[in-house]
Amino acid sequence: MQALDGNAIGGLLIDVFGTEMTTVTGTCAGCGTSSQVAEFAVYRQAPGTVVRCRSCSSILMVFVQVRGMTCVDLRGLASLG
Amino acid sequence: MSPVSRGFRRRRLPDAEPGRVPPGQYVTGDFPVLSAGPTPRTALQNWTFSITGGGEPRSWTWEQFRALPAEPVTADIHCVTRWSKLDTRWEGVSIDTLLDQVEHHAGFALAHSDGGYTTNLPLQDVTGGRAWVAFGYDGEPLEPEHGGPARLLVPHLYFWKSAKWVRSLELLDADEPGFWETYGYHMYGDPWLEQRYAGD
Amino acid sequence: MAGTALRGRLTWQIAMVDTVTDETARVRTIVLDVPQWPGHRAGQHLDVRLTAEDGYRAERSYSIASAPGEPVAITVERLDDGEVSPYLTQELRAGDELELRGPIGGYFVWEPEDDGPLMLVAGGSGIVPLRAMLRHRQRSGSAIPARLLYSSRTLPDVIYQSELSRYADGVEVTCTLTRQQPPGWTGRAGRVDAKLLSEVCWPAAVSPLAYVCGPTSFVEAAAAGLVGLGYPPHRVKTERFGATGGR
Repeated sequence: MQALDGNAIGGLLIDVFGTEMTTVTGTCAGCGTSSQVAEFAVYRQAPGTVVRCRSCSSILMVFVQVRGMTCVDLRGLASLG
Repeated sequence: MSPVSRGFRRRRLPDAEPGRVPPGQYVTGDFPVLSAGPTPRTALQNWTFSITGGGEPRSWTWEQFRALPAEPVTADIHCVTRWSKLDTRWEGVSIDTLLDQVEHHAGFALAHSDGGYTTNLPLQDVTGGRAWVAFGYDGEPLEPEHGGPARLLVPHLYFWKSAKWVRSLELLDADEPGFWETYGYHMYGDPWLEQRYAGD
Repeated sequence: MAGTALRGRLTWQIAMVDTVTDETARVRTIVLDVPQWPGHRAGQHLDVRLTAEDGYRAERSYSIASAPGEPVAITVERLDDGEVSPYLTQELRAGDELELRGPIGGYFVWEPEDDGPLMLVAGGSGIVPLRAMLRHRQRSGSAIPARLLYSSRTLPDVIYQSELSRYADGVEVTCTLTRQQPPGWTGRAGRVDAKLLSEVCWPAAVSPLAYVCGPTSFVEAAAAGLVGLGYPPHRVKTERFGATGGR
């Protein structure tokens, strides 16, 4: 399956960050490419949500929801915002 | 408190024999493609499968791997996202066959896949005829979207343990969480005990 | 839970279904009465949450089909193996309650103040947010010239067909049918490709602002095509819909 984009997790990002995030700029810690969150590649059908850089495919963010809590891993981002 | 949506219900479970389908699962006729990343495309001439962490690392090229004795496998598979598919037909090399060529005293394994995915399993769950490196599905070569050229097949555990695009098994003395396990999925993953998340 | 102090638009609320209207055999528009709706922008979406009697929950996102100032409406396509879309397009009726939150989205939005002729490219149900943009353009009295290229399988699959055919001043609509064209069809045929884009879209020289929406494979091909025509990538906004859940 092909990836969606950051628009698809708009609601999830509001849950996690408390605010609209799709226009925020994120920089990939792998290759340094910057783009808006809406433009990231988003894989949603696996056991969690995996957000990847469109340039190098490195993982930027992972969100896993377990028992009502969301585990958020942003280590793939060099910066966000 | 959310209102009940009048007339809405979850997908209907078709009538399977009682006890055929683990709790919380529904049967599908499809074979959904779930992925956490782009489909890797490793050319067969570059493909190897390795077992590391034992006495000596052991590696097979595609030709060497395909020369090993293989067997048909029919199994029900159960995805943690709640779909189950019954009587799926595979062809693969038993992991017993591969491990027979490696000296080891390990208790656990970490599977590594193209693209960086990992998942952990107790060694006793990939031996004794319970696990394969599968290269064929439904009579055809395994498609890339479903993990081809080869994937792990461990049907008695939730299907996230059946790592797609598997390239190596790392033998370990202690259990180490793989990708999803690190984020809170169950270290073992028995669908019959509904071990979806850590603590289940 | 953090965030509950925030105003209505970021939390779940209960709406009532006002009307349901079939657009095509598989597509239905649902107009909602949302008591705490804070207003929305053209291109945004909302999340719908359904709860079954046994407590089972399903959540999906749907683009808002109406313009700012109009009653909130969503247009839903029924997916054969869907869990939510069959319910929304066949079971849900006027008077039913629906749990939703929104509006969501700050990237794929258009305002009349935005620069440049508007280039809208839609595949299938990707037309929904673009239709909201066209309605917003119309209602705001904007003179910004707009072009829409809309790809559908067959004529009966074209959503909002009569509404789109009624646009005149400053809006040019081109429909392309990829599977089958009716006798006497004067629109386009075949998939959106470089050739069709070059014939139908604003040239890059007029600095258009493009919005591309639909299934992922459609969006990637069309967006790449526009960039190939010379559109700067930052002037091509994309929104990909998935096979599951309308988004």
